[in-house]
Amino acid sequence: MPKGRARLHHLLALAICGALAACNGELDSRADEVVTSGPPAYGDTFIQASIGDIGGLIPSLTSDQSSHEVGAMIYDGLVKTDKDLNLAPAMAESWTYSRDCLELTFKLRRDVKWHDERPFTADDVVFTYQTMINPKTPAPFKEGFMLVKDVVAPDPYTVRVRYAEPYARAVETWSTYMLPKHLLQSFAEAGTLRESPQNSWPVGTGPYRFQEWKPGEKVVLVANPDYYEGRPYLSRIVYRVIPSQATIFLELKAKGVDYVNTLTGIQYARQTEYPAFRKAYHKFRYPASDYTFLGFNLKDPRFADRRVREAFAHAINKQELIDGVRLGLAREANGPIRPGTWAYTDDVKRFAYDPEKAKALLAEAGWKDRDGDGIVEDPDGKPFTLTIRTNQGNDERKKIAEIIQQRLKDIGVQAEIQLIEWAAFIKEFVKPRRFELIVLGLGTGTDPDQYVVWHSSQRGPDQMNRTGYANPEVDRLLEVGRRSCVQQDRIRSYHQIQRILAEDLPMIFLYYRDALPVVSSRIRGVSPAPAGILHNFDEWYVPKAQQRYTAG
Amino acid sequence: MAGRGSRGEMRQFWRTFSRNRLAMFGGAVVSVLVVLAVLAPLLAPWDPNRPDTKKILSPPSSVHWFGTDPLGRDVLSRVLYGSRVSLSVGFVSVGIAAGIGIMLGAAAGYHGGTVDNVVMRLVDLMLVFPRFFLLLAVLAFLRPSIWTIMTVIGLTGWMGVARLVRAEFLTLREREFVIWSEAVGAGATRIIFRHILPNAIAPILVAMTLGIPAAILTEAGLSFLGLGVQPPYATWGNILNDGRDYIEIAWWMTLYPGFAILITVLSYNLMGEGIRDALDPRLRQSRVGRILRLGR
Amino acid sequence: MALFALRRLLLSIPLLLGITFISYVVISLAPGGPLDFLTPEDPNASPEVKERLIKEFGLDRPVYEQYWKWLKRAVHLDFGRSFLPDGRPVLTKIGERLPITLFLNLIEMAIIVGLAIPIGVLSATRQYSLYDKITTVFVFVGFATPDFWLALLLLILFGVQLGWLPISGLRSLNWEYLSFWRQQWDFFAHLILPIAVATFGGLAGFSRYMRQSMLEVVRQDYVQTARAKGLSERMVISKHALRNALLPVITILALALPGLIGGSVIIESIFAIPGMGQLMVQSVFSRDYPVVMGNLVIVATLTLVANLVADITYGLVDPRIRFGGRRGRR
Repeated sequence: MPKGRARLHHLLALAICGALAACNGELDSRADEVVTSGPPAYGDTFIQASIGDIGGLIPSLTSDQSSHEVGAMIYDGLVKTDKDLNLAPAMAESWTYSRDCLELTFKLRRDVKWHDERPFTADDVVFTYQTMINPKTPAPFKEGFMLVKDVVAPDPYTVRVRYAEPYARAVETWSTYMLPKHLLQSFAEAGTLRESPQNSWPVGTGPYRFQEWKPGEKVVLVANPDYYEGRPYLSRIVYRVIPSQATIFLELKAKGVDYVNTLTGIQYARQTEYPAFRKAYHKFRYPASDYTFLGFNLKDPRFADRRVREAFAHAINKQELIDGVRLGLAREANGPIRPGTWAYTDDVKRFAYDPEKAKALLAEAGWKDRDGDGIVEDPDGKPFTLTIRTNQGNDERKKIAEIIQQRLKDIGVQAEIQLIEWAAFIKEFVKPRRFELIVLGLGTGTDPDQYVVWHSSQRGPDQMNRTGYANPEVDRLLEVGRRSCVQQDRIRSYHQIQRILAEDLPMIFLYYRDALPVVSSRIRGVSPAPAGILHNFDEWYVPKAQQRYTAG
Repeated sequence: MAGRGSRGEMRQFWRTFSRNRLAMFGGAVVSVLVVLAVLAPLLAPWDPNRPDTKKILSPPSSVHWFGTDPLGRDVLSRVLYGSRVSLSVGFVSVGIAAGIGIMLGAAAGYHGGTVDNVVMRLVDLMLVFPRFFLLLAVLAFLRPSIWTIMTVIGLTGWMGVARLVRAEFLTLREREFVIWSEAVGAGATRIIFRHILPNAIAPILVAMTLGIPAAILTEAGLSFLGLGVQPPYATWGNILNDGRDYIEIAWWMTLYPGFAILITVLSYNLMGEGIRDALDPRLRQSRVGRILRLGR
Repeated sequence: MALFALRRLLLSIPLLLGITFISYVVISLAPGGPLDFLTPEDPNASPEVKERLIKEFGLDRPVYEQYWKWLKRAVHLDFGRSFLPDGRPVLTKIGERLPITLFLNLIEMAIIVGLAIPIGVLSATRQYSLYDKITTVFVFVGFATPDFWLALLLLILFGVQLGWLPISGLRSLNWEYLSFWRQQWDFFAHLILPIAVATFGGLAGFSRYMRQSMLEVVRQDYVQTARAKGLSERMVISKHALRNALLPVITILALALPGLIGGSVIIESIFAIPGMGQLMVQSVFSRDYPVVMGNLVIVATLTLVANLVADITYGLVDPRIRFGGRRGRR
């Protein structure tokens, strides 16, 4: 377009913008429609919606998703997960295991600098380790570090970690974000990390530097020009706090955000199909790493009988759940290990949707409808009633509960539903195991070790074995699997574990949902992979002609 | 004294009331709503709680007059069953509020002195708390069930009735028949129930009638925020909440329940105002009348 | 007059105590605790966190001890720090939200009063006319419309379909980069929808009261006298009737104040406005005890103060109180 005309259009747009309030600062909104490919360019701002405000800027101390999303940009660990869900070097350029799997040595990169220009060295790694295991540090995730025997730094770019026993997830532990010793040493020792300036003005080694945090409103990050993998193309990231799912979606439609990954099935399949949206956004879909399940309380005598659990499994139509809740955007789950990962196996027992078989199984176990009221009773005449509980605020789980309730009704079990606020739910029902059925989800992480979920030693109120499952064979396999650092040896254990779990049915695995991220179409470089789409965020860019927010 | 001329008063009341067309309209609609609510199990064409994943969010049709919701359930049936919840919450919570209000107001008005002082301070105290805030706080901590909601709305809405009853007592206490009754040795309860309350009934009824729509709106608001009855049971507020995310592709989820709330609240208000206006000449000069109109 | 004011002030003190007490009772009803919000549903979370946090926040002491300790600090306006990981002082968090809520509600109040008075007065002077009937219906419909429903409808219409108005927050993203006048306009545009929704409902009640009050006054003897004296209708209304009719309106204003300071919870949620109402909802859902307590107390206290101001204003305006004695109509 000849320069003069561009100028004129530019001025016209400005004039119109001046008259209409809805421009929101877009200087040239026509650029969206021009679909040309441009070479990678620096610049533009990436706007992401966040449903909750961050809890703080030291992610090691927080457990909310927002602060981890933001933290992932500001901080780095020694290793990271690559696009195929394998561990890859980050601030460590390589690592080796000793023969006996007891010693792990990292070789660090030499070109990493903190955001305040100081060099990152092995001392910071040792410091981070000491901080994490310090009882005064209120960190939620320190399990992995507790198994470490000691950490030494023989030279500024080498770290040697020693374990008392072989620990399969050792390397993965070191993807934890590193903390700067030179800034935080005194705070860590005093246990006042939360009050340190780092919690409101963090210094990390990640691809983005912190710029500002307006509590309840937004967090702004800017590109780190000295990042060891090269400066990211997108110059700024803004996390807008929009506390309502509905509003986030509306903002998306109004083009006020560039990325949303929390779309529901209906939103993805039915509300974002109109031409204007398809032009403005690209939609992606990939299997996510968490599954939803219906958990039994194995302490409940009614569920002690395996036939009852199998009956429930036959009563539920998993495909119906996937269709009803995710509009088909999920895959059936039959075990706790994610399909497509190295430890997964398909060879497990399944329970097809078969209400007649369910009723027969219940009858075998002594539950028959003796008085014709549609509800089955035990030989003493007590009706089979129970409550399905899940947490408030999760639309998917609510719908799952509602569908399952009706299906159970079909086989003669009367279920009520209770939605309970998260904190109360966990504290009053899940932990003390005062429930009958719960609908919950679990994340599967990159390593298949799920010792904390299935081992019989993990059934305490503050531990993760919620159903109260105890099987000595599974215990043994978990221990074996955990102790090796060679993948080949571990596969056998995990295949066997999946088979046993499918038979024992401590919970009914429902589905692995698909992640449904949506990204503004002006952004290039997005490549979906098993790990999702954010794995190469640093390489995303917007061609110069289409950059929307050019404030630097 | 209590019964004298009441039939004449009733006729007068009815004459004024029936002249008010809006009020009559309101009353008619309320009656229809109550009938619909009571007969809902017979009238609803579908099971309001049965999901059907093949019919998710289908628009109104001859099979589903109000369309279906995100789980494929018939919206008309859910709105019908929802009316039962809304109406019962309205009636019961107002009943509870009136009960508390009458007791406290009677105590304050009859005994006077310290009791009166304490009750009035309590009224002032409760009025100082924003109602919704208090409701939120309490409901988020207790498990939201229909009974909790009804009780809590009732517990935060008794102040108006208490004031009314107290005023009525203060006015009537001085009347001769009360002094005479006391002299004769009639017990407090007898005096309260036989003489004072019947006079107070009318304004109390007005306050209750006008309290019902407020209770319904409050319940809808709470359900909308997710603090209402547990699923799968339908209330108007939670149908609105369910449809909130799909508003531009499923207008029926928003239009019908919202409209139901609107019509119900409107009719109650019209009817209540009509009742109040019809009682007006009798009350205009009284203390009670002032309170009804002006709240103080 | 001064005595009146002093009496009111003194009466406020037990009310203040009552506020804190009720707030504390409400919170102790809570069966769940705040700590569980801090540890996620994740297999790798550490269990010792709980012990540490219990000690830190003093949650293992008996309730009355906690209350007393809390009260002592509350008097100094120190409500402690939030239970959330950001650990910021409660007063700061509330302080961030209060101005917005207050500002919004003051504007709403001004619009409501500004519109309701003429509407009400006109309705009263033209009782039973067509105008009266139409405004009555309109006002009733406004009263009956659930505000969240209206908010959703308007938001879809103006925000998404027509794209005329922004749909959330208080400012656009690049507000800092706009010119001063653009900034003002932007802020204003963000407020249009929430204020429109909020005033729609409130208008109904107020214009009704205005009408009612006006009707009462107009029937009084002194108004007839003024008419008989030959004063123009206008004078009669504005000088004599109106002033007296306004008295009860001030009362109503005072009664509506709790809503003013408390903020409209649902509207703030729908429009993502960072005000007190939204803070309350969020902290209640996350069991952030200190913030819930602080919020409740501050809101109730401010309401009390506003009531006091309204009472005193009423006292100033109502000659009966100003000069003592019990003259005037009853």
